[in-house]
Amino acid sequence: MQLILRQGRIVDPSQKLNKVADLAVEDGRVSEIAPKIRKKGRKEIDVRGLLVFPGFIDMHVHLREPGREDSETIESGTNAAARGGFTAVACMPNTQPVNDSEAVTSFILERAREVSKIAVYPVGAISKGSQGKTLAEIGEMYRTGIVAISDDGRSVQDSQVMRRAMEYSRLFNLPVIDHCEDKDLAAGGVMNEGYYSTLLGMRGINPAAEEIHVLRDSILAMQTGAQLHIAHLSTRRSLEAVLRARKEDKVSISCEVTPHHLLLTDAQVCSYSTNMKMNPPLRTQENVDALVKAMAAGDIDAIATDHAPHNINDKMVEFDRAPFGIVGLETAVGLIYDRFVKTGILTLERFVQLFSSNPARILKLERGTLAPGAWADITVVDPELSWRVDSTQFLSKSRNTPFDGWKLQGGPAMTIVKGKAVWSI
Amino acid sequence: MASLSHKDLLSIEQLSVEEINLILDTAEALREVSDRPVKKVPALRGKTVINLFFEPSTRTRSSFELAEKRLSADILNFSASTSSVSKGETLLDTAHNLEAMAPDIIVIRHESAGASHLLGRECRSSVVNAGDGMHEHPTQALLDGLTVRTVKGRLEGLKIAIIGDIAHSRVARSDTLLFHKMGADVWICGPPTLIPWDFDKLGARITGHIEEAIEGSDVVMMLRIQHERQNEAFIPSTREYYNIYGLTRERMRLAKKDTIVMHPGPMNRGVEIDSDVADADYSVILNQVANGVATRMAVLYLLSGNAGLKVKRSSR
Repeated sequence: MQLILRQGRIVDPSQKLNKVADLAVEDGRVSEIAPKIRKKGRKEIDVRGLLVFPGFIDMHVHLREPGREDSETIESGTNAAARGGFTAVACMPNTQPVNDSEAVTSFILERAREVSKIAVYPVGAISKGSQGKTLAEIGEMYRTGIVAISDDGRSVQDSQVMRRAMEYSRLFNLPVIDHCEDKDLAAGGVMNEGYYSTLLGMRGINPAAEEIHVLRDSILAMQTGAQLHIAHLSTRRSLEAVLRARKEDKVSISCEVTPHHLLLTDAQVCSYSTNMKMNPPLRTQENVDALVKAMAAGDIDAIATDHAPHNINDKMVEFDRAPFGIVGLETAVGLIYDRFVKTGILTLERFVQLFSSNPARILKLERGTLAPGAWADITVVDPELSWRVDSTQFLSKSRNTPFDGWKLQGGPAMTIVKGKAVWSI
Repeated sequence: MASLSHKDLLSIEQLSVEEINLILDTAEALREVSDRPVKKVPALRGKTVINLFFEPSTRTRSSFELAEKRLSADILNFSASTSSVSKGETLLDTAHNLEAMAPDIIVIRHESAGASHLLGRECRSSVVNAGDGMHEHPTQALLDGLTVRTVKGRLEGLKIAIIGDIAHSRVARSDTLLFHKMGADVWICGPPTLIPWDFDKLGARITGHIEEAIEGSDVVMMLRIQHERQNEAFIPSTREYYNIYGLTRERMRLAKKDTIVMHPGPMNRGVEIDSDVADADYSVILNQVANGVATRMAVLYLLSGNAGLKVKRSSR
């Protein structure tokens, strides 16, 4: 045996498993799970008291390479991911140049093979240069290895282009991920529109900017039969639109939320900290409550960080001039565990679905399970670990987190990819 | 010794009723300095004040400058167009460079909301917000408060109508917060496209109809349309705006007999206000300007933590 994890609590909803057992790995794959494995492993790790999950997947990150290597590289970003408990990430195409061609896709995959200890799944652009005008060479990127298409932050405004993208995506069975935002309605906005934008004299982003595009996309997905995934959903109405489309109209639609939209509100912008600036913006408590409730009920498919590293120089400016986005890879698992699992809002099974099995299902990855034969991508979490978020210790090249200094209990202890520990505490 | 408990004056939001009264009382005491043959007191002698203006300003800037001079401060004027800001220097670097010159107070005007907060957080010097984007303009609200209090003898219970482009006005925010804190009945009026969401939660009643706002009011405050902050059309035309929201003599008849008209300037005659209203007896627009100097003297003096000036308690 290559590796045996001894006596951890293995939680894997794909096998309806939640018990203390040994887990053996051979040739990078899970070979056996049993209460007591007699054979010896070449490497054995005692994980008593720890939680053993199918490897966590962050389906929405920005690795910035190529183009903005001052903020993040594929190497630093994947190191940060491994440290955060992630065995795989899907990276968004808004690099420079945009990942809208086979060449850029293969560069990213090539680079990942050289420097990354975890799996990297590129997301290809919907349109050339993410300009929203003509379709990118989706088929060629698909052949090269993209797992979804999205124009992310430069989301497609032209509904005809979006319709064509959805139609075309079906050929490859590729999910269409949309950052839902009506750019005209959101124009100039820097934070959620509401009481706090009024108090602070900031231009607001009307929540309808997101909701209108969620509705638009769900109607187009119903017509075209495309698989639609809503990125970083942040409002109650968006959520209702997703659920209605899913339940009443049988649309193939899924959604992710970010830890920050579950834990922070627009009131935090009063600090003028540019680490409270992201898009979609922090919403009101009412929206946060709705997201948490939906997450607990299983209506939200995935937690994704929208890890958006920005060089400190870019963030140390006036609020309205700062770029949108925060890092999240090294805080997400601890935050969600501490605030939602420990408090009883999320079961361990839901926790695994949100971080592993659902992202794997949406992106059609052979991951998200510890069933014998599956890749031995494993996230080990220490439920008793007491720690404090310290951005100066991040492996990411950027420090733009709103959670600096937060005290948390529970966090990643070890990240294993294909049977090899790529990070441990 | 009377002083403010804050290092910086960034907003009306941060001030208590007692602190607002303290500033107004101090301003009242300092007002007579401007009537002396030698218009100078030594309160800030040996102190350095930097005026850091990133947005064009004539009124506020001269008002601060006069206030500083009358308090005997040493002054350094710094404007964005003549500085390294135009060479790409960040606000923080500019601030740190100025800080190295050891000023006691920095007065800042900037087009970004929160710019003065950023400075206050990073600098040892006291920071005075002279207007940050569409957020606040606390010294304007204080001088407006002083002007109303001087004419009416009180703020509490007065009906104060603030009319115009509310969305883009930092004065509207600061005035609403101040008048509401001081117990006035604040009415906000303007086209619905120019009234931000939840403005009532700042402590104002909201109406789209100017007649309702003016009716029975003790104070009518007009704001101009800030074309420079609008990148889209909020109103169909200035002609239509004048027809619906222009302050005319006829409309003024709805107000109380002893009402006063205010305007933080600059005025657009014939758009939001008619000349015969702006120049009428009930207009206290020029009193506002005079009170501006005294108010800014009070703020600078109180922030400098300087002792020695007797503050006469107000006769309210």
